Amino acid sequence: MAETKIHAYYDDDDVLMHAVKKVKAAKHHIEEVYCPFPVHGLDRAMGLAPTRIAITSFMYGCLGLTIAIVMMNYIMIQDWPMNIGGKPSFSYIENMPAFVPIMFEMTVFFAAHLMVITFYLRSKLWPFKEAENPDVRTTDDHFVMEVEVHNNEDELKELLLETGAVELNIIKKRH
Amino acid sequence: MASHYEAPIRKPLVLGDKGYHDVSVDIAAPVEGKANKHWWIVFSISLAALLWGIGAIVYTISTGIGTWGLNKTVNWAWDITNFVWWVGIGHAGTLISAVLLLFRQKWRMAINRSAEAMTIFSVIQAGLFPIIHMGRPWLAYWVVPIPNQFGSLWVNFNSPLLWDVFAISTYLSVSLVFWWTGLLPDFGMIRDRAVKPFQKKIYSLVSFGWTGRAKDWQRFEEVSLVLAGLATPLVLSVHTIVSFDFATSVIPGWHTTIFPPYFVAGAIFSGFAMVQTLLIIMRKVCNLEAYITVQHIELMNIVIMITGSIVGCAYITELFIAWYSGVEYEQYAFLNRATGPYWWAYLLMMSCNVVSPQIMWFKKIRTSIMVSFIISIVVNVGMWFERFVIIVSSLHRDYLPSSWTMFSPTFVDIGIFIGTIGFFFVLFLLYARTFPVIAQAEVKSILKSSGERYKSLRAAGKPMYKIRKDGVVRETIMDSEGTLSNTDK
Repeated sequence: MAETKIHAYYDDDDVLMHAVKKVKAAKHHIEEVYCPFPVHGLDRAMGLAPTRIAITSFMYGCLGLTIAIVMMNYIMIQDWPMNIGGKPSFSYIENMPAFVPIMFEMTVFFAAHLMVITFYLRSKLWPFKEAENPDVRTTDDHFVMEVEVHNNEDELKELLLETGAVELNIIKKRH
Repeated sequence: MASHYEAPIRKPLVLGDKGYHDVSVDIAAPVEGKANKHWWIVFSISLAALLWGIGAIVYTISTGIGTWGLNKTVNWAWDITNFVWWVGIGHAGTLISAVLLLFRQKWRMAINRSAEAMTIFSVIQAGLFPIIHMGRPWLAYWVVPIPNQFGSLWVNFNSPLLWDVFAISTYLSVSLVFWWTGLLPDFGMIRDRAVKPFQKKIYSLVSFGWTGRAKDWQRFEEVSLVLAGLATPLVLSVHTIVSFDFATSVIPGWHTTIFPPYFVAGAIFSGFAMVQTLLIIMRKVCNLEAYITVQHIELMNIVIMITGSIVGCAYITELFIAWYSGVEYEQYAFLNRATGPYWWAYLLMMSCNVVSPQIMWFKKIRTSIMVSFIISIVVNVGMWFERFVIIVSSLHRDYLPSSWTMFSPTFVDIGIFIGTIGFFFVLFLLYARTFPVIAQAEVKSILKSSGERYKSLRAAGKPMYKIRKDGVVRETIMDSEGTLSNTDK
């Protein structure tokens, strides 16, 4: 980790977007941006990779559907193939319409919950987790861009002030 | 964003000269303030109703279902009426947060949080009835297919009542995580504003350490979108499955293929009416008139009007098909509804559900807060009677005239229903004092496109932002333990 980093504070999402583009154009690496609300297009401007969380959800849904089919096939067709109200219990497909509601619900259940759990784990969110935003204003109305300094402090400072930062916080590490 | 083109025809969704910080202040105010006398009065009444309901439930379970007004013919009445009613009310919350998100409706931002809270709290009420209407509720866990020492003895997956178990528990749990995930940034906002240590601790706990990184927001939005995509078919399926309780039976008046969409439409209808009732009061007492505007009320009224018309269409379809079917049992079921001993319930249902929403065609009426409030209550009364009419009037007279009978509720039936209303309001009142009742992060994200301040800037041709060149510079020294200390400001 670099010895010094700069937190540049912005008070407007449009100014932030312009700043991100300028800082990227000047070939500086943006370590992190903290926002009080989702700024559309920010991830693309920063060059973040798209999230794959929707793909995980699809796979979890497939898992839920499989579990539902295997469970009901075992219980209703294999283990106790009983005659309940004249419903055919000879094969899964014959009584399939009655299994559709639960097949559907379990697909949704698995897709939704496992995706949310994945999100919480990947974004490191859980009860008793300490918040790591650098300033309390980043959940209110300020945006903070974190840039690392590599022997170019003055140049970077000037660039960030030029982009409309309302406040710069230069964080130096003391040994 | 400023670059965003917004048609000038669109009216502002956030009124007044509001910036980002004003949104935080306004939404945090009810949480940071103290409850007033009126809150305590309403809370006490709700708590009293809840306690009365608990008494009625304890009495039912310890004495038996015979304390209710059910008989051998009418063996479902207030219990399942209330169950379907509460489930239906819950549906609007998901509709507002999920369907309107898929359709990119910005006006949902101010109402989705409370609508989702209403969903959670009313599904909890609904969830009570399947348990307490059991003769032996202590064996309720037998509905779950868990391996056991009876062989294993399983459940029968053909029954809509078991589908209900899966549907309601999936619906409640998915709605809960959807709601909670959306709450994280807002809890984070309150956590960062809190000055009292205890409050800070609590909101740190419930905000799960939300930090608002760009990557977090990217995932957050994707998760919200996928959950909305999952919740939309879920909400349709849940009330469909509830309607299967009746539609898959052989009872004339119940055995209908129109029930699934018709119940769903009714659920949206009654749910939006409940949202309307709650929000008209909330915007007033929490001073949120700038966020929940007359335009929001009007749009909800339009949804009520549309779904009310769908419900009306379904009533007429049922009547037509009954006549057209040539089945005398079916024909009698509807003749009995209109002219039998429960004609008054049918008339009430028809007038509340079919006639009352039609007056929303008049702009003067649908933009009137007072009329909207009254209609929203009328609709929920009507929708309660819809379920009552469907259930009781189809059961009390069916195939065998020798088993024709009547139904009247006892004070225990009524007491449990009052108890659930009390429980609902206890939860909702606690919510209104401790939760950010408007999704502030979402409102902030539409402020520039739909806020009055920015709309007037745009109309005046003025820039929406200014790049300032006078930023201040300060230095912070971080020691080896990671503690920060400011050197200058």
